[in-house]
Amino acid sequence: MKKINYSQITPEKIYIKRRKFIKSLGYGLSSASLSSIPLISNAFANTDLSKLTDYEYITTYNNYYEFGTNKSDPYLNSQEFKTKPWTVRIEGEVENPINLSIEEILSSFSSEERVYRLRCVEGWSMIIPWMGFSLSQLLNKVNFKTTAKFVQFETIYDPEQMIGQQKSILNWPYTEGLRIDEAMHPLTTVVTGLYGKSLPNQNGAPLRIFVPWKYGFKSAKSIVKIKLVKDMPNSSWMITSPREYGFYSNVNPNIDHPRWSQATERPINGDMFAPRIKTLMFNGYADEVAHLYSGMDLKKYF
Amino acid sequence: MIKYFRLIVFLLSLIPLIIILMKIFFDNLGPEPIKEITNHTGNWTLLFLIFTLSMSPLKKITNINIWISFRRMLGLFAFFYASLHMLTYTGLDYRFDLTAISKDIITKKYIFAGFTAWFLLIPLALTSSKKMMILLKHNWKKLHRLIYLISILGVIHFIWLVKKDLTEPLIYLIIILVLLILRIRFNKNALLLFDNKRS
Repeated sequence: MKKINYSQITPEKIYIKRRKFIKSLGYGLSSASLSSIPLISNAFANTDLSKLTDYEYITTYNNYYEFGTNKSDPYLNSQEFKTKPWTVRIEGEVENPINLSIEEILSSFSSEERVYRLRCVEGWSMIIPWMGFSLSQLLNKVNFKTTAKFVQFETIYDPEQMIGQQKSILNWPYTEGLRIDEAMHPLTTVVTGLYGKSLPNQNGAPLRIFVPWKYGFKSAKSIVKIKLVKDMPNSSWMITSPREYGFYSNVNPNIDHPRWSQATERPINGDMFAPRIKTLMFNGYADEVAHLYSGMDLKKYF
Repeated sequence: MIKYFRLIVFLLSLIPLIIILMKIFFDNLGPEPIKEITNHTGNWTLLFLIFTLSMSPLKKITNINIWISFRRMLGLFAFFYASLHMLTYTGLDYRFDLTAISKDIITKKYIFAGFTAWFLLIPLALTSSKKMMILLKHNWKKLHRLIYLISILGVIHFIWLVKKDLTEPLIYLIIILVLLILRIRFNKNALLLFDNKRS
């Protein structure tokens, strides 16, 4: 299996600078040709991460059913949400289960800017400058046993503060899961902020997971528990509709969701004349993650 | 008198169009403009279908005939908003990419239901004139009963596309079913009356 050391991965900031530089060279030409051809999907346009989604859109257009099912609900209903005090418990197949306060986490791991594409299963996408660090750093803090094959994430359950949890829309508390090698992959991020600021409540404050190559719902928000387990855990969406949501839920333009075509996506940019763009395998991160799934039938393990 | 009422209904029916045009003009469509336009026109199509279906029960309940004179116009507005909805999806969203669209129609059941509903509206719109009514005689009524099927297809289209929270489409469904039941009951009463007269 191909292994990538963390040091081999270009830090996002440098990555963006390089891209900006490269882009600036041909900016006039490319932007002119892009705007004059309003056709669907320029295959080259969607690996470009330089055009960040507006802060306003990232923080007012959210799927976070704990605060309501409309896209604007999380922003409207989460402003009073208390994120202090906050503890994250890491338990399960570990030598030493621990409780970490958010302050401890923020001081022991330095967050860096990581610009990733977020692809929602509903067929839209954003480019978000997250602040965070690799989950592997956090997991290395506990010595997990060799029996730990999967990781389960659990969102806080607090129906008094989260009005969405007062209805049985999903199986509360929200749970999600990853295979251990997915969880240890350097791209799998513990998010602590965005746009250089602390994480807004509607985006999963104080701490969320972000897995760039999977559909957005795989990235659980407001995490209180990380459990290392032997068997593949269930997730809230798998329980709700196993036919529609699989455990892996890797972004894959070739496998349609029963309701949404996954071949293309609409970038969230407030522009009604902006074309759809082609969705890329593993959301554009195939070089980094495809080896995790070599030999697997992705139609079966969707 | 009826003429003025009709004019008022006509102008009121244009409000949803004006709202969305204003939003486009003032760049006020939010993060996902195409979805906003799609949802707006889709919702108003369902509402206009409901308005159209309500006219006959309203006439029976209130004993005022004027309601019926709005029915054709409301039905045509339902077709108008349905067509805008279709155009937004096929033109604005998919840039008339016929392969992608036809694949959607075949593989996505909510698109199939919605497309069928819109398609079935076409013959109703084409035969909505008085001339056609006279020409088709009793077949006209039969043909235009399709509006119930179309409305139900429209709501099914909505139910199938919703990810989780079914509240909104179920409200539409209940209203349409109530109108359908009212319709059947009134017809039954009418039949009974007719029978009584005969005997």
